[in-house]
Amino acid sequence: MQVKVNGVTYEHEVEPRLLLVHYLREVLNLTGTMVGCNTSNCGACTVLLGEESVKSCTMFAVQADGREITTVQGIAENGDWHPMQTAFHENHALQCGYCTPGMIMASISMLKENPDPSEEEIREALEGNYCRCTGYENIVKAVQQAAGQSA
Amino acid sequence: MGGGLPRKEDPALVTGRANWTDNIQLPGMLHLALLRSPFAHAKVTHLDVSGALDRPGVVAAFTGEDLADEWPGGVPCAAVVTEEQNTPFQAPIVTDEARYMGDVVAVVLATDRYKAQDALESIEVDYEPLGVVVDMESALEEGSPLVHEELGTNECFTFTAGVGNVDELFDKTDDPDDQAAAARAPDVQGEGDTDAAFAKANVVIKERYIQQRLLPTAIEPRATVAFQDPGHNGYVVYSATQVPHLAKIVLSLATGIPENEIRVVAPDVGGGFGSKLNVYREEILALVLAKKLGTPVKFNEDRSENYQATIHGRGQIQDIELAATSEGRILGLRVKLLDDMGAYLQLLTPAISVSGAAMFPGVYTFDAFSIEIKGVFTNLTPTDAYRGAGRPEAAYAIERAVDSLARKLDMDPAEVRRKNFYEPFDEPTETPGGLQYDSMNMQAAMDRLVELADYEGLRREQQQRRENNDPVQLGLGFSTYTEICGLGPSQALAGLGLGGGGWEAANVRMLVTGKVEVATGTSPHGQGHETSWAQIAADALGVTPDDVVVIHGDTAAVPFGRDTYGSRSLAVGGIAVHLACEKVVDKAKKIAAHMLEAAEDDLEFEGGKFSVAGSPDQNVSIQDVAGGAYLGADIPEGMEPTLNENMTFDPPNFTFPFGAHLCVTEVDTETGKAWVRDYYAVDDCGPVINPIIVDGQLHGGLAQGIAQALYEGVIYSEEGNLMTGSMVDYMIPGAPELPNFTLDRTVTPSPSNPLGVKGVGEAGTIGSPPAVMNSIIDALSPLGVKHMDMPALPMRVWNAIQDAQGNAAASGEYDAALGSREADVKQEGRSEEK
Repeated sequence: MQVKVNGVTYEHEVEPRLLLVHYLREVLNLTGTMVGCNTSNCGACTVLLGEESVKSCTMFAVQADGREITTVQGIAENGDWHPMQTAFHENHALQCGYCTPGMIMASISMLKENPDPSEEEIREALEGNYCRCTGYENIVKAVQQAAGQSA
Repeated sequence: MGGGLPRKEDPALVTGRANWTDNIQLPGMLHLALLRSPFAHAKVTHLDVSGALDRPGVVAAFTGEDLADEWPGGVPCAAVVTEEQNTPFQAPIVTDEARYMGDVVAVVLATDRYKAQDALESIEVDYEPLGVVVDMESALEEGSPLVHEELGTNECFTFTAGVGNVDELFDKTDDPDDQAAAARAPDVQGEGDTDAAFAKANVVIKERYIQQRLLPTAIEPRATVAFQDPGHNGYVVYSATQVPHLAKIVLSLATGIPENEIRVVAPDVGGGFGSKLNVYREEILALVLAKKLGTPVKFNEDRSENYQATIHGRGQIQDIELAATSEGRILGLRVKLLDDMGAYLQLLTPAISVSGAAMFPGVYTFDAFSIEIKGVFTNLTPTDAYRGAGRPEAAYAIERAVDSLARKLDMDPAEVRRKNFYEPFDEPTETPGGLQYDSMNMQAAMDRLVELADYEGLRREQQQRRENNDPVQLGLGFSTYTEICGLGPSQALAGLGLGGGGWEAANVRMLVTGKVEVATGTSPHGQGHETSWAQIAADALGVTPDDVVVIHGDTAAVPFGRDTYGSRSLAVGGIAVHLACEKVVDKAKKIAAHMLEAAEDDLEFEGGKFSVAGSPDQNVSIQDVAGGAYLGADIPEGMEPTLNENMTFDPPNFTFPFGAHLCVTEVDTETGKAWVRDYYAVDDCGPVINPIIVDGQLHGGLAQGIAQALYEGVIYSEEGNLMTGSMVDYMIPGAPELPNFTLDRTVTPSPSNPLGVKGVGEAGTIGSPPAVMNSIIDALSPLGVKHMDMPALPMRVWNAIQDAQGNAAASGEYDAALGSREADVKQEGRSEEK
């Protein structure tokens, strides 16, 4: 398979059953993407496949053949954080931080589809990403800030 | 301090550069996979692992017999709550029978996680199913199947405590016309005569509440990597744990490997909530197998293993009786608990309910209290600490009962509470539970809450909806709680049967360049100690938080500590940091006096500078003092060089944060759906170091408490099969299921430590479940609903409405549909008010 991850092209022969998340973590050593549930409920493994967010724990690596993937480790530009990363930091939208990479990727994907979401739309759009620490309020605020809605 | 500094932890976490245990890959590392029993109770009649060895990539496979010599101590339990407590041996791999679904029968080690998992299928195993006991009341019946045959009983312990003659109060005043007996009730100060006319109107609330089992669900599953450290003739264990120091001791006790040959590292840890306040068989297995095979071993559970084999929280049946006067003054409280241990005792299992026992009287002062707790073995996953650990259970029971009292007396629930609050105090005050609450001002918190929420306005809105027969009714639920935090005074903990001290240690060193290293014995996993401890140190040393680096979680790099749980870290560990900094300043002052050729008493320390009183130009910065202290060439004679101080702080008392919450719930009476519209909370955790971190802790705690009230609950089949075995089946609330929170605080300093801080990690989880449930019952009380158990899922709410309206046909449909044993408990648990 050939895949471009965070701008770098990789070629590997992999077992057909290898999950994309394990390919990223254990073959490419891109450990910013995590496994939380194995059932695509929690979203800790969320990455962008092209422009769209996917749960990499329930997708085979080979399904990404020929595609472009972006993980949380590929969104900063020239060392400058993506506005979503800054917004999560400034709004205390993370505690343990384990869900954060997936949450950030899902939020980035949401804003691409809906650049001006209401609070309710943000909450609905993030329903596939669980956070056990924050109660979500500060995550919603972070997404609002990143969307330019912050007061 | 007191500033909302964005966290120092965040940069690594938002960029994907955190060090999670599962990131670790080492040369030769093997993956450990566990064969778990699919039966809740079964004898293993045949076991052959040789087939697994033929599978590709498999290096070794073991049974319990193969490894029995490797764990002389089994999996230790550190809590002994009564002398008669039954503590069964827990082998990391069973050798006779499996006692819950998930008990470990054999293990495989292979070169990758997929191959290890595959090989489990090639293990031959036959089971002979045995009798299963899944609910506590049946477990205690004569002739019940025994979880541990050798104990001859399913009872783990019976704990009792209390003050005053509670039994007389209840057993003699049940009959409201028994005037003579009622007159024997404790005197009620300032509320009139305890004569027969008064006593005649005494009321007793008698209810049963169910604390359903919960799945803690840290988003990072457990992970452990153990390897031999060739440089040091010992072992290194990286683990996703809250308690690297406790793990070091427990791993040593379990395996016989000397404590000083074990180094435990908790790297970045993805949430714990109590579930990682434990030392698990998988950690023991990783260590002994790394030792036996001489190669690194990794264990990483998946979510279904996490739900089967990581501890569960709660699991109590609570029978509570509360006696009060007709004016709503509480006279006494009698509590009987059944506490579900599960199949084995984990690190603190029996201590969870016992450590919460003294908290049942809550924020109310009265004279008579008794509690009896029976710990009960069942063929279910072991229980242990889950956020709050004993205190949410206590707060729930008393707060539900006080609301029932208000309904019974047709009084406002705020008013009943106010009648029973302690007068504000700022010195330790004796409680019916036998504790010394440190300081409290419930009146201030309650005043602020009703103002913040516009309580009167909400009641008017509720009245309108009632008058309009609105299908969506409004419910207002209070919870006024306190919790026991800052674990804790070592002597008091020993009295609770908790092994080990409750102190905490810190090492603070100002380096030659003036930068500061703080090494702490606390072990954060989301709480932000790297930031808060830096703020504490910066404040004491006159430097900026950016000048401070906090080191934690590695037993080889920090002074031996007691880790992070029980809202203890700030009130014990943060204080150790503060006091160590004071020692540094004291020593620096002596050196500064020497450098300035001034008397020490004439020096003032402010803004990081020592200056001579009255002549501020004569000064030296603490950084320059540090430089001098390191060079050692020009310091007072006989003084040790360097600025490097240790502190071990053992607090004189616990801390008791408190607060007042109001949950505003909308309940659709046609569908049974209940949701939190607004949540107001006024919490008092003493002075605040970092308000954004404190509010964040409250948000997360409230979310988990609301989750218990509305959404979550473990379901087992009658055969002991875990039905909520994955996130598909167990409802963790997502962003759409939770509200925004309206928070405020009052500040009542604790006399238990020099900063007056109390702790906040569990406050939300303790305060919120009764507020939510009280609000739902409040919404539905005009329809006759007086009781409901958690979680208040739509079908349960709808059924309660139908029951109250006399539509018997609908009763129990929901529970029948679930096929849940919880159903029976719930049916029996219907409210019974006398």
